[in-house]
Amino acid sequence: MHDMSAHAVPHGAPTSFIRKHVFSLDHKVIGKQYYALALLAALIGMALSWIMRIHLGWGSFAIPGLHLLSSTGAPGNVLTPEYYLQLMTMHGTIMVFFVLTTAPFAAFGNFFLPIQTGAEDMPFPHFNMMSFWVTFVGFWVLIASFFVADGPTLGGWTQYAPLSAIGSVGGPGQGLGVVLWATSIAIFCVGQLFGSLNFITTTLDMRCKGMSLMRLPLTAWGWFITSVMGLTAFAVLMPACILLILDHVAGTSFFVASNLVINDQVLPHSGGSTLLWQHLFWFFGHPEVYIAIVPGMGIVSHVLITNMRKPMLSHRVLIYSMAALAVLSYMVYGHHMFVSGMNPISSLVFSFPTLVITIPSTIVVLMWLGSLYGSKLRINSASLFALGFVSMFISGGVSGFFLAQPSIDIMLHATYFVVGHFHLVMGVAAMFGIFAGTYFWFPKMTGRMMNETLGKAHFILSFIGAYCIFMPFHYLGIAGNVRRYQAFTDDYLIPLIPVHKFITVAALVTGFAQLIFVYNLIHSRFKGAIASDNPWQGTSLEWSTATPPPHNNFGDKMPVVYHDPYQYSVEGASADFIMQTSPEKINSPNEEK
Amino acid sequence: MAKIFAVVIILIAIASAVPIVMHWWPMPQDISVHGTLIDEQYADTMLEAGISFLASQFLLAFFIWKFSAPKPGERVKNFPGGAAGLVAAAFLLVGTEVLALGVFGTKAWASVYLTPPAANAMPVQVQAGQFAFYFRYPGPDGKFGPLHADQISEANANFFGLDTTHDQDSKDDIVAAELAIPVNREIHLLMHSKDVGHSFYVPELRIQQDFVPGLDVTVHFTATKIGKYEIVCTQLCGLGHYNMKAYLEVKSQEDYDAWIKQQAALQ
Amino acid sequence: MATTVHEPPKHDLERLPSQGSGNGGWRNLVPADGDLPRVKDHAPPPASTGIWVGLAAITMTFAAFTSALVVRQGAAPDWQHITLPSILYFNTLLIIASSVTLEISRRRVAAFMGGIKDRAANPARWLYITLALGVLFVAGQTFAWVQLKSQGFGLATNVSYSFFYVLTVAHALHLLGGLGGLVRVIAKLHNSVLRRSTLDATSRYWHFMGVLWVYLLFLLWMKL
Repeated sequence: MHDMSAHAVPHGAPTSFIRKHVFSLDHKVIGKQYYALALLAALIGMALSWIMRIHLGWGSFAIPGLHLLSSTGAPGNVLTPEYYLQLMTMHGTIMVFFVLTTAPFAAFGNFFLPIQTGAEDMPFPHFNMMSFWVTFVGFWVLIASFFVADGPTLGGWTQYAPLSAIGSVGGPGQGLGVVLWATSIAIFCVGQLFGSLNFITTTLDMRCKGMSLMRLPLTAWGWFITSVMGLTAFAVLMPACILLILDHVAGTSFFVASNLVINDQVLPHSGGSTLLWQHLFWFFGHPEVYIAIVPGMGIVSHVLITNMRKPMLSHRVLIYSMAALAVLSYMVYGHHMFVSGMNPISSLVFSFPTLVITIPSTIVVLMWLGSLYGSKLRINSASLFALGFVSMFISGGVSGFFLAQPSIDIMLHATYFVVGHFHLVMGVAAMFGIFAGTYFWFPKMTGRMMNETLGKAHFILSFIGAYCIFMPFHYLGIAGNVRRYQAFTDDYLIPLIPVHKFITVAALVTGFAQLIFVYNLIHSRFKGAIASDNPWQGTSLEWSTATPPPHNNFGDKMPVVYHDPYQYSVEGASADFIMQTSPEKINSPNEEK
Repeated sequence: MAKIFAVVIILIAIASAVPIVMHWWPMPQDISVHGTLIDEQYADTMLEAGISFLASQFLLAFFIWKFSAPKPGERVKNFPGGAAGLVAAAFLLVGTEVLALGVFGTKAWASVYLTPPAANAMPVQVQAGQFAFYFRYPGPDGKFGPLHADQISEANANFFGLDTTHDQDSKDDIVAAELAIPVNREIHLLMHSKDVGHSFYVPELRIQQDFVPGLDVTVHFTATKIGKYEIVCTQLCGLGHYNMKAYLEVKSQEDYDAWIKQQAALQ
Repeated sequence: MATTVHEPPKHDLERLPSQGSGNGGWRNLVPADGDLPRVKDHAPPPASTGIWVGLAAITMTFAAFTSALVVRQGAAPDWQHITLPSILYFNTLLIIASSVTLEISRRRVAAFMGGIKDRAANPARWLYITLALGVLFVAGQTFAWVQLKSQGFGLATNVSYSFFYVLTVAHALHLLGGLGGLVRVIAKLHNSVLRRSTLDATSRYWHFMGVLWVYLLFLLWMKL
């Protein structure tokens, strides 16, 4: 009747190959699996963006082998308009869900959250394993839509109803393609809910002796706040996807209005609400932006602190700002719908919290800049990407001033300005966060160092390249260039074609720079220099265990925490960093009492 | 590397600002009455956003340059004023800035959406469908006939589904594929979607509004410059989305009168 | 002292929460008095936190369904009134009764584990009754669906029926998860490896399913 083996982590070190590497219960293996999935997804997403960019620069250019992907979508290797939209939809969906959510949150969070809290594993390892494998299935369901009769959906990653809900009369991919899309996303939601459940419980319940909440590193805080957002947001997107699927396969009318006519035929639906989908989607969609970026904020702060050799000006202010972003993110989602036809008063109501959200964002940036002052900054690949993140976050953030205002949004809505804005702030910035995390933690994850020269080359090319791609997007948008167009036939868009050609060249070059990273990753995994336990002289718990960490993270001795996470350059201390596990008594102004 | 990086940041920041300052790819010219408010709001925002952008990028570059090569034995320093000063600055500077933008921006928004159209505004109905716009004028009786979805027929050019044999009001309705309007006359645009979501966007007119299937929404505007402008669809509506467009023709009153007479004869 | 994951922590005093982490993870760890069966629970309580987190997610999901229902009802005049199948009220009694029986069982186990009683007075019997009531509830719901369907009211008949099916089926699926949890608890009880936190978490989930059902019934009764 009693659990004799009562313990938080009911699994020992695995012995079989399958338990070790495939259906592993170990959060570290699951983290690496998520990372691998994100890497694969990112490469597919990037390839799709190349195809789109080539098409936008040189519309009739034949891309060798493209017909193998779809003979109808690319006859003679040249993209058709519908196939352009299908690839665009897949690019957005893959990147947002399977890269920007999985890599910074699920991959790094899984690997490092239990270690940084001083736990042996997550509390529900089976849920954790399911989280990955469910997400994995979701990914392949989405990819499968490339290979069904009329290809993937062309409805855009926001999948606005009723286009997404009326079935194949809406266009190629709107039949089975949408069903696969919605199924994939619903599955993905389940996976992330399992993940969030583990993350929240780990943070609250699995902390080691002496690890109070405020002693958690900023990364752990980033993941914790993100998991609370994820729990709420994905729990709303999932029912929305279910209703969408029912409209499709069961003929219900949640989102499809009465008397819609396609090909002179009245559709057999009645009374559905177009705006209902948008409300449900953006209630998830805006927090999703912060789900992508808040883990990056945590990673960047963590990497910067270690490389500045001093803590943030205020640990608490950064945590409170991230929490404020999370709370506000639910109150601003309507800014995606200023011109959607919802009540114009609502637009004004949504506009103010949207403007207010710039305050915590600004505080975070000022904390980074202010902490940089008077530091002893080390330049390496990780810190460069972290600083690059700061620069990108600023650039992507200021364009938010425009889009937060309904009056200016009348002009800029659905133009390339928006595309530039979200690519900088949640695409490139989040990617830079992932890169910073990779260069920083690769030694701990694999036991080997990455090549610094290649890392720096990768950085400088990506930094310049990303600006060359995404800054001109803003100019296009200001000139009125509408997004989701596969060609620029309108008279007023013709003068903008040279800008598109420039962007295409920049995108190709920047894309190739990412191959340097992939090479570095694979090469260093097998041939990199052996890493020590604490190569960056860090203080948090991941640096006090072996490299790579043993199965139960800390070996024989569970850690006991004596200090706040970032005790660098403490006056009178024995070294320039005091690890959290060091019992040394210090007198630091940054130490919480 | 740090110094190279700092210089790169500065150069990128300056290069990013050049096309804006030089107006290389400017906003399309404004031909509407309310557009001035939007343009002023945009210019104010650009000034504030531009200053914030340049100042923070320069500061970032300067700090990277200055603090990346510490002398041996040098101590770390804290920012004067610490976190409290910066938080206060964020609240005061950015807080007032965004509050001001929000409050003043309300005026521009209200001019489009929160003021009712004038009583003598000219009603025109626009219908969006995959992948074309059609426009309907009420004709001499000033009344639009009802729509019958089941009578829509592309082949018979009955795009709206009008029943001209039974509905008295429909008999004199005029349907056109372009939106011709008289200059300096307020237009009350009644927006109807035939199938899926679309949007009505005329950059010069400073108007963008989505069509909501199942729910007719309206906008109103006054065009002040005679000319031909493109109406584009900005809501992804299917494979022909990129090619869904029509023309807005702003005409003098005489030209408009002649045009509507000619259209009436064609029905 | 060597403590690895697959061994129970042998009342390791060093791992008790120290000052500064009063809410740390080991709060539930009680030093043993040498009488192992009387020890309340060795495990830290992630199951009890976890269940609340899970219930929060389920609450969000049903809140989303609810707001969809309210918005959709106001969006068009095509909403039809439904007369709810009367078996639903009988099912409601079943699920309330199942909460009561589960609570009896839980208290008996708690009293035993807390050392108040020497023997648990057959908690398994009450668990079996709970399980049976739960299965009956699902059967009753299925009867309601079949009945409506046979009267010609399908999922797509009207959006009010769509919501009826979506909400009741979504609830039933979540309830099946609870039944799985009960089966797991019974199995663990028989193998004498049941943890109190597992039982507590399962019963919280089950009670929540009851509350959720009463809420849904009220919503359907009021709106449909």
